[in-house]
Amino acid sequence: MNADNSRKLIVLAAIWIVLLLAPYWMAPLGGYTALATRVLVLGLAAMSLNFLLGFTGVLSFGHAAWFGLGAYGAGLTLKYLALSTPLAILGGMLLGGLCGALLGTLIVRRRGVYFAMVTIAFGQVFYYVAFQWSSLTGGDDGLRGFARQPLDFGVFKLDILTNADTFYYFVLFCFALAVGAMGFILRSPFGRTMIAIRENERRSRFLGIPVERHIWIAFTLSCFFMGFAGALYALVNNFADPRGLHYSQSGDFVMMAVMGGMRSFWGPLLGAAVFVVLQDYLSSITVNWMSFVGLLFVLVVLFFPRGLLGFLQRSKA
Amino acid sequence: MTLLLLFNITNGLIVGAFYVLMALGLSLILNLSNVINFAHGGFLVIGGYIAYAISPYVGFWGALLLAPPLTAVIGLAVERVLIRPLYGRDPLYSLLLTFGLAFMIEDGTRFIFGPQGKPVEIPAFLALPLSNELFFITGYRLFMVAVVFVAVALLFLLLRYTRLGVRIRAGTLDLETVAALGINVRLLRSLNFAVGIFLAGLSGVLAAGQLGLEPTMGTGLLMPSFIAIIVGGIGSLPGTLIGGLLIGVASGVTAVFFPAASEAVIYVMMAVILLTRPRGLFGEEGMMS
Repeated sequence: MNADNSRKLIVLAAIWIVLLLAPYWMAPLGGYTALATRVLVLGLAAMSLNFLLGFTGVLSFGHAAWFGLGAYGAGLTLKYLALSTPLAILGGMLLGGLCGALLGTLIVRRRGVYFAMVTIAFGQVFYYVAFQWSSLTGGDDGLRGFARQPLDFGVFKLDILTNADTFYYFVLFCFALAVGAMGFILRSPFGRTMIAIRENERRSRFLGIPVERHIWIAFTLSCFFMGFAGALYALVNNFADPRGLHYSQSGDFVMMAVMGGMRSFWGPLLGAAVFVVLQDYLSSITVNWMSFVGLLFVLVVLFFPRGLLGFLQRSKA
Repeated sequence: MTLLLLFNITNGLIVGAFYVLMALGLSLILNLSNVINFAHGGFLVIGGYIAYAISPYVGFWGALLLAPPLTAVIGLAVERVLIRPLYGRDPLYSLLLTFGLAFMIEDGTRFIFGPQGKPVEIPAFLALPLSNELFFITGYRLFMVAVVFVAVALLFLLLRYTRLGVRIRAGTLDLETVAALGINVRLLRSLNFAVGIFLAGLSGVLAAGQLGLEPTMGTGLLMPSFIAIIVGGIGSLPGTLIGGLLIGVASGVTAVFFPAASEAVIYVMMAVILLTRPRGLFGEEGMMS
């Protein structure tokens, strides 16, 4: 038990060291800091989805909607309400989270494939709204005309707009906050009931756990985290894209979670890293990258259903 | 105004007929095998392109007869190799696999046939409008609706009166008992999948004659088919039928009064249905959970 604990601590330390030093080792490996920032944000999104998918066992296939809403929330806040990066993040998180909470009440009674189907369909509602409401959202072209703002702490300013490394550390700080909150929730009694529901819903119900309410809370929390990640993504690009709400984006998030390993906390981050880098690389060498991404989906499902981390843990055991 | 309304209602019915064909196939596969076939739109595209490829040799009628069964054969192969290993696992996996498959089919057809739309020649007498007044009712449109009607009728007869149909219906309710009675459930699932893909192939041929072919056309029909199933009630094929026609007409009528919302209206319908009748119009108790 003690050896196990210290091993966990070592892994945790290794992850944070790798993340903290990313701007230094990315460049020599042929990457660039902005790619690391993107991985971090999409990884956070995949982890937020996995909070629901892997730890509550509820299959949402429309999570891109909350991600995209987060992005639009941040963009609209910066463009129309306040020139402040923290407020933009707050705005995005609230938009994604509140919409998710509302819709959650409609769908928590569904399970399995039916939950997936209803979440896909509802996710598309927001896609259409973003697509059609051109006067507010810029329609097909996406929302432009906003930029992240330097952080003003009174005594000093952090220039996250032009300095890529500073921005990376800002995103890493936000990532750490969100991931810390997720880890804290998963360790709490509530987090344990989430896992209990995943393992055996009927038994949890017999134990007196209000299953529907807990699934709704888990769904809503996951939507807030998703909105948070989406807001960060808008800041990364200084742009919000309607395709960020589309169900194919949801599929990518699910893929990241599955490819990294749904049952592990850090799996989706690894999945996101592999997915983003692979997609970046494939789309630079071939116009038929869609086929290869599709093939990746098929191969992962058939041969690595437990994901990279699941595969590693299994072969070690 | 009445003419415009009539025009859009007709349009809605025709589009709805496509939704119905797509959604019935999806629904068959979903009910029996618990698989959301994201690649269903892809199979529609395959059916359309098969028709495009063979129609110079066998003509439109030959293509109409041959393309759907050929699509079904491809569907059988896909089911056998890719989907069968996933039965009994978390539905997440079949969802992801067919999702990737849809990508591959869309990109593959674009690679083989090019991104431009391809026309499929329809017989000249079908292309003419029936009257000058009602210019929008071409023979082909009536013909499409008739074909859809016949296909749906045959499907329901198959399910009602044949041994295969009875087994499919029984399997939808309780697959375990069906298996315990000594019925080959693997074969049943394969045949059921093939029937669903046959319908997708048929809608592909019909759509090719009306709209021309594009690699992306399947994706656009997928979401309305999902909604047709949810509105009609999961687990009920008559529900899917009515759901498809309903959302087709609803979006057609909305196009008259508020064109921007013609796509959004079907989602609003779904939300209203889920709020007031969580099981859908004809859904059975317990099917949704």
